[in-house]
Amino acid sequence: MNRYPVWKYAIILIALLVGSLYTLPNFFGEAPAVQVSAAKSSVKVDTALQGRVEEALRAAGITPGLMQLEASTLKVRFDTTDQQLKAKDAIQRALAPSADEAPYVVALNLLSRSPQWLSALNAAPMYLGLDLRGGVHFMLQVDMPSALTKKAESLAGDLRSALREKSLRHAGINRNGQSIEVRFREAATAEAAQRLIQDQFPDLLTTTSPDAGDIKLTASLKPDAGRKVQEQALKQNITTLHNRINELGVAEPVIQQQGLDRIVVQLPGVQDTAKAKDILGRTATLEIRMVEDSSEARAAELGSGPVPFGTERFLERNGQAVIVKKQVILTGENLTDAQPGFDSQTQEAAVHLTLDAKGARIFRDVTRESVGKRMAILLFEKGKGEVVTAPVIRSEIGGGRVQISGRMSTVEANDVALLLRAGSLAAPMDIIEERTIGPSLGAENIAKGFNSVTWGFAAVAAFMCLYYMLFGLFSSIALGVNLLLLVAVLSMLQATLTLPGMAAMALVLGMAIDANVLINERVREELRNGASPQAAIHAGYERAWATILDSNVTTLIAGLALLAFGSGPVRGFAVVHCLGILTSMFSAVFFSRGLVNLWYGGQKRLQSVSIGTVWRAETSAGSGDSSKGLNRP
Amino acid sequence: MEFFKIRRDIPFMRNALAFNAVSLITFLAAVFFLFSRGLHLSVEFTGGTLMEVAYSQPADLTQARNAIAALGYADVQVQNFGTARDVLIRLPAVKGVSSAQQSEKVLGALKQADASAELRRTEFVGPQVGDELAADGLKALAFVVVGIVLYLAFRFEWKFAVAAIIANLHDVIIILGFFAFFQWEFSLPVLAAVLAVLGYSVNESVVIFDRIRENFRRFRKMDTVGIIDNAITSTISRTIITHGCTQLMVLSMLLFGGATLYYFALALTIGILFGIYSSVFVAAAIAMWLGIRREDLIKNVKKEGDPDDPNAGAVV
Repeated sequence: MNRYPVWKYAIILIALLVGSLYTLPNFFGEAPAVQVSAAKSSVKVDTALQGRVEEALRAAGITPGLMQLEASTLKVRFDTTDQQLKAKDAIQRALAPSADEAPYVVALNLLSRSPQWLSALNAAPMYLGLDLRGGVHFMLQVDMPSALTKKAESLAGDLRSALREKSLRHAGINRNGQSIEVRFREAATAEAAQRLIQDQFPDLLTTTSPDAGDIKLTASLKPDAGRKVQEQALKQNITTLHNRINELGVAEPVIQQQGLDRIVVQLPGVQDTAKAKDILGRTATLEIRMVEDSSEARAAELGSGPVPFGTERFLERNGQAVIVKKQVILTGENLTDAQPGFDSQTQEAAVHLTLDAKGARIFRDVTRESVGKRMAILLFEKGKGEVVTAPVIRSEIGGGRVQISGRMSTVEANDVALLLRAGSLAAPMDIIEERTIGPSLGAENIAKGFNSVTWGFAAVAAFMCLYYMLFGLFSSIALGVNLLLLVAVLSMLQATLTLPGMAAMALVLGMAIDANVLINERVREELRNGASPQAAIHAGYERAWATILDSNVTTLIAGLALLAFGSGPVRGFAVVHCLGILTSMFSAVFFSRGLVNLWYGGQKRLQSVSIGTVWRAETSAGSGDSSKGLNRP
Repeated sequence: MEFFKIRRDIPFMRNALAFNAVSLITFLAAVFFLFSRGLHLSVEFTGGTLMEVAYSQPADLTQARNAIAALGYADVQVQNFGTARDVLIRLPAVKGVSSAQQSEKVLGALKQADASAELRRTEFVGPQVGDELAADGLKALAFVVVGIVLYLAFRFEWKFAVAAIIANLHDVIIILGFFAFFQWEFSLPVLAAVLAVLGYSVNESVVIFDRIRENFRRFRKMDTVGIIDNAITSTISRTIITHGCTQLMVLSMLLFGGATLYYFALALTIGILFGIYSSVFVAAAIAMWLGIRREDLIKNVKKEGDPDDPNAGAVV
């Protein structure tokens, strides 16, 4: 009766095999590496780049280790950190000579030393959290009310021009908080205005109310339109952050939305928090100016003359110089949106800009006067300007919708739109949480967590073996399998392992042994009550199962609550805790039974089992019918 | 080896009243200290900045304190953390000053006083985050309580569910009472430990309840008190051994886990000790007084597996 069918052993074997396979990468350690990735979407990371990197390294006299070319990154391993640092400098010099307009991000990284065939199986070591590897963590809160206010402001402007176009007389438009108030003298005009808003402004919800002889029309953003504004603001801020962090040269930055209005930024390995904060908090500004087209300016553009008075020289992104006037026509504040798209007639790639009412008016006036001339859109960051694009004005542009097209690929259009949006953070952000962990502390934390698990495990295993003899050994092996499976699952899921996570690992092992204690005690009790060894093993496992299930479910409920409501360190704890409970159900019950079955199951005339002392009282140990059969040998 | 050579059932329930009085007194003391002293909440809950600075020699706390006081901070805590060379500094949240400037200014001042000062870790939490964390913590607690009550009510009966949750909430309050009395720092990992303890010590009650249910089926003639006594007696060895093993793990964390895991392990230790006490003495007693009967559980009779079935085995 204590035999498993072959398929059950097969399951155990497969679980062990897969578990060991995915745990394996954790033992190889990490190799210092340099990672090259594209800073702009128009730059490709391909074999040509790999060649350039190889050449640069050869020139510097460094022999690289394994090179891995992935979708958008090239990773090169080295033997020592010394080589890694030298190689980084060499590659940086070859690929990105000036830090300001580098096409590639060259960053230091640590790569698993695990062999290629393991990586091919997607087996990677556990993903260590910041408290174990060192780095910076920020949580930024996006100021949503100000995003909504900005939107209301721009809608108020649009509404003003729309009313003027239809010659609807009003007695004043005001933005009050996030709603727009328009006053009308006559009821008929108010109604007409309301119809106009319904037709042209689908995002607005209107109500009218009499107010001191006038009629007050209040237009506010519809809830779903408001949500859309917030979503866009968040997305735009994330994009902007991405671009800025690229500059920092971080190998694996994490930029994630959290909740409705928060962004989490994690920069592993970054120690210079001051610089990181400076870059994250930096504001870029966008300016639209006219290009100077006098002959002096042409000469200056070619570098053969001085820059004329009242103008400045900026570089385009392809490196070409452009001479622009100092007078600023519009700033990023007037730009409400920039999206890549296509020209509706020629199907060429294009960038669509949307200006607010004030911007549209100025833009119309300027374009009317300067058909045939060029205008430049400049992005200023760190006080340094760059020409994003310098299109020729073909005709007067009114209405605030501007299309830039011609000689542009879709990738370029994407880039330009992104840069334009980056110039205007949709809403200001505040750092509301910040954590910095030094690298030495990270290493110490790993050692602490590792020691806690090892010594705790050793103590428990030693005790179990002493107390329950062979059954204790089985339990200890099962506990070891639990640890193996837990590490394998964590590696597979690439869940973040933190110090509280390691604590959870220790705790879960301490709790998992409970199931084996339950079983072993039960088997002893059955033996005490006179059951034959085989029957005792069977009954012990059978009867303990219901209890184990109940107690694991209650523990799991607590774990899930922590997972659902916890954040940061608590979440790290909860993930490991929940996974550990699940793996323990497999190892402590199914696997340990397998071991016992394998050892004892085949013996027909089993006389005794090695489970430590089965102590029997001369009189009844319990009461009721449990007393019978106590005197059996 | 066998630690527990118990000849007859220990009459636990005879002294139930005394045990419950002890629980009640501990509980009331815990509540009293919670209100009179309050929890010493960490920066994560209150908002503010925390800095860990390491020196090459044992740190001069007064010097560090003076250096920071010179920057104009009124309420700054400077203390050793783990070793004599590590210093932990807590700064209150200041409106209008960003965390970045705060921590850099302080580190600058410390470096001026002693050039070997090295920043190991900073943590800044805005006040709004702290409030949310506290709210989330309470939500998690409520979720655990409701979840466990529902599950136990479904698996056993509502009387068991109520008894288990009362017994184990009493553990939680007592852990909090300890933290309030000794003014140990209550941080997020400690909160996690407290909730884990709640799930863990319910385990204990479940094991005993399970045995009570089984006994109700097996010993038809025994009265409720006898059944409970027998159930506790026959599981006591497992209870002590299991908790001993878990405690070995926690002890290892207490010894090797360093300052970060210290209070986490401490909360678990208290939780484990009181978990045993409350499951054995409190939960069963409350269930008894709520009037559990054989009829409440008999309807739950499950089909026992055929012991001769060759495929019978554990099911996962």
